[in-house]
Amino acid sequence: MKKPVLGLLLGAVLGAFDGLTALGTPEVASQIVGIVIGSTIKGLIVGALVGWYAYRVQSLSKGLLVGLVVAAFFAFLVAAIPQPDGRHYWIEIMLPGSIVGLIVGYATQQFGQGRGAVAR
Amino acid sequence: MTWLSNDLVERLRDVATRPELATNRYAILRPIGRGGMGSVYAARDEQLGREVAIKVSNAAAPADDLDQRLRQEAKVLARLEHPGIVPVHDAGLLDDGRWFYVMKLVRGETLADHAASLDHEAARLVVFERVAETVAFAHAAGIVHRDLKPSNVMVGQFGEVLVLDWGVARVLARVDRGGGPGAHADDRHPDGAADGTSGGTRMGTAGFMAPEQAHGDSSNAGPPADVYALGALLFWMWTGSPAPADLDDLSRSLGAASPAPSKRLAAIIRKCLAPAPAARYASAKELVDDLAHYRQGAAVSAYRETALERAGRWLIRYQTFVWLVLSYLVMRVAFAFLR
Repeated sequence: MKKPVLGLLLGAVLGAFDGLTALGTPEVASQIVGIVIGSTIKGLIVGALVGWYAYRVQSLSKGLLVGLVVAAFFAFLVAAIPQPDGRHYWIEIMLPGSIVGLIVGYATQQFGQGRGAVAR
Repeated sequence: MTWLSNDLVERLRDVATRPELATNRYAILRPIGRGGMGSVYAARDEQLGREVAIKVSNAAAPADDLDQRLRQEAKVLARLEHPGIVPVHDAGLLDDGRWFYVMKLVRGETLADHAASLDHEAARLVVFERVAETVAFAHAAGIVHRDLKPSNVMVGQFGEVLVLDWGVARVLARVDRGGGPGAHADDRHPDGAADGTSGGTRMGTAGFMAPEQAHGDSSNAGPPADVYALGALLFWMWTGSPAPADLDDLSRSLGAASPAPSKRLAAIIRKCLAPAPAARYASAKELVDDLAHYRQGAAVSAYRETALERAGRWLIRYQTFVWLVLSYLVMRVAFAFLR
């Protein structure tokens, strides 16, 4: 599997899972469908970008950094949208979102087929 | 009557046995070593202004067996262009008709002397893998070394590892002048046997030679014979002693080694040292691949692990990934409880 495809899949799955964890927050439970869809799309975008980077650059440390920065940026955009009560869940969204970026960054560097790889 | 001192006798012997080169290009400087087949001298290449090593046949007369072996060794070396094999620069005849060849002068120490400084697994494996890679290259070119042992491995001043003494090497396939893997030879040993050995010839060094060689079947010793010797070398690097023929003794010695090799590495050594050639790695390349898997924390073909061992190995190999996933889950749980 090519690294960008791996990034897309992993980003989507982790994004969906991350969105589903909102079920534990009663205040936003009514918006769960929108949250899961939005989180999945966010995961797809982050996964595609990080996977594409891993395809171009073979470096675990750089891959982790890119995963962290890209995921943190998109998590920031989501967290910046105020909730109906006017609150922002900065830490609750940004911290796990950034770790998801690290996971995708690590996975796309360690697994998947890069640019120089030959299919076996 | 005055007795000659030992030192003087040595010097006289040195002068008497120094080869007379037909060419004046090389000036013999000093003897470096003497083996069964030939003697090696440090010399100066006057034309290029550099020091080289010259190996001269110990043959009593030109064209005898030792002479032919030296010639065969020079041809094998000339075909094997690899960083782990000493390059041959020149070859020719002495005034008395015996063969000599000129090669790079390698400065360093043999593995037999160097091994004591390799005090941890990673350092030992780095050296060993270079030896195995060199032998794998030779196998791919259709050549079997047949006498791998610590004194035939040289570790240079800058960490380069060279496999020496290809004098009893066996040419399996036809090799062209390119000398790379997959190439084919265009000539064989002058006696037509491809290696100069016939059935019943015993070649190699006890403790490092495969059972089939020990039983006098050197003429049929293929790549698995070198795999056995590589296993014996690995065994020696951990235990300091040659490999015993008995498999129980082998396992006991590995277990008693300090530090003992891991289960998976011990299994690799045991697979190399299997009495039956078919039970060993088919070539040094397979061994190199398995060692690479071992170093990367992947499964090795020599060891059948339990599900628990596989899980443990996976956790260690991907510990960063596991820590990241755990951190994520712990954070999610913590947020749920803190809310």
